[in-house]
Amino acid sequence: MSRTGRVRLFLCAAAVIAVAYTLACTGLPHFGSAVHPYGARAVAATLKQRTANTISSINFDQRAFDTLGEESILLGSVLGATALLRRTDDERLSRRRVARVLPSTRLFGTLLLPVALLTGIYIVAHGQLSPGGGFQGGVILATALHLAYVAADYRALDRIRPRELLDSVDAVAAGAFTCLGLAGLIASAAYLKNVLPLGTFNTLSSGGMVPVINAAVGIEVASGVIVLLAYFLDQSITTSPGEADGTDPSDASGTSGTSDTSGTSDASGTSDASDPRKAT
Amino acid sequence: MNLFGLLPYLVAGWILLIGMYGLVTSRNLIHAVGCLAVAQSATYVLLLSIGFRRGGTAPVYSDTSTHSVVVDPVVQALALTDVVVGATVTALLLSLVIQLHKRHSTIDPDRLNALRG
Amino acid sequence: MNSVATLTEILVMLALLLVAVVGTIAVLTRDPARQAVVLAVLGLALALLFTVLQAPDVALSQLGVGTAVTPLLIMLTVRRIRRGRPEPDEGESAEDGADR
Repeated sequence: MSRTGRVRLFLCAAAVIAVAYTLACTGLPHFGSAVHPYGARAVAATLKQRTANTISSINFDQRAFDTLGEESILLGSVLGATALLRRTDDERLSRRRVARVLPSTRLFGTLLLPVALLTGIYIVAHGQLSPGGGFQGGVILATALHLAYVAADYRALDRIRPRELLDSVDAVAAGAFTCLGLAGLIASAAYLKNVLPLGTFNTLSSGGMVPVINAAVGIEVASGVIVLLAYFLDQSITTSPGEADGTDPSDASGTSGTSDTSGTSDASGTSDASDPRKAT
Repeated sequence: MNLFGLLPYLVAGWILLIGMYGLVTSRNLIHAVGCLAVAQSATYVLLLSIGFRRGGTAPVYSDTSTHSVVVDPVVQALALTDVVVGATVTALLLSLVIQLHKRHSTIDPDRLNALRG
Repeated sequence: MNSVATLTEILVMLALLLVAVVGTIAVLTRDPARQAVVLAVLGLALALLFTVLQAPDVALSQLGVGTAVTPLLIMLTVRRIRRGRPEPDEGESAEDGADR
């Protein structure tokens, strides 16, 4: 189908969708209505479980099984991206020139990196009390680590980011979540039931198993996002593509010009693969 | 029907349709992935608009009394899961785009129309 | 009480319009590198909307994920693709509304 035909078909379909959707929205409850039956029950259950943050209670206590599925999606996509972005035989590791960093940027990174890491740990630890929890804190931890890349250079980041260790930490934390559910089974209740003592409302130890699952999820999300970013950064910064013609002028190692015009197979760049790794 | 009561849902519908339009007319697969992210944000807006309650506050009881009126927390939990899954799907799709470029040296969807063996 | 509730709703409407406008701009920006920056602004606008809709947890995730991680991944992909072989028909695609 030609391009204009495709666009016209889409516009007709979009018109139909718009009309049907608008008609359907008139049947929804008014924006701001006060009738939320499921919400009222969820809030009552949260207060009974003595957790101050309702979202954390729903995610890690009442509907923890759904969060287990979401964890698996996260782990699966990190695995998938890792498999897709691995360095193939015809790509070479290239050493980059060290870029000059302004002293103020360096100071900013040095001061802010521990503060950001502490903020991430705080948000993970207080998930059952204030807005936050495993996911948010994990993402903050992961991005805080990359302040080392902003303030220094890629090799500094590489040193504080052991990739294989983080890979296994990711898997172990995801498995820890699954095993924490078994604690519920062992206590002769249901899988993932909250069996730890519930504590006092609004203290750090309240909520039973919610802080523990928060910690597992926080570790998993942080290590998963760090590994994901590591593979993307590697592909963009330190790997020279096997069949490139050296068109990138800032590529410090340079590449020998392979005049390969068909991009259909990776094996065609074999003459580059046999070159020893160049270092600047 | 009162327009203000419908406006959030209609805005969510608009964002979805404009995201899909970008997907259909895209000439660059990375741009298409970005449009998919825009379309996904329509679901967040719709979910949270349904859960809103007039006069309600955030469903976190650490600094409000336990008798205060809160908005619906269930749709917020759904939206939270939605955000995380959306980001991971975007990451996976971008890895696929990089791999496509390695094998076919183009990321124009109109030119990627042959299944090569 | 009634006027406070109305003020919140006005804020909600303004934030909704902002999100709709930024989302439209994000789709109409054809260059992926620029689109990444607009997506970061969209993440910020969405976080603002979620905060006004009394959803701080969702706003935190959206801020971390949609404003920081996703645009970074898009820019790294753009850089990786530009370092590979350039497309043979780059002259053609530039005519179709500034792909570069």
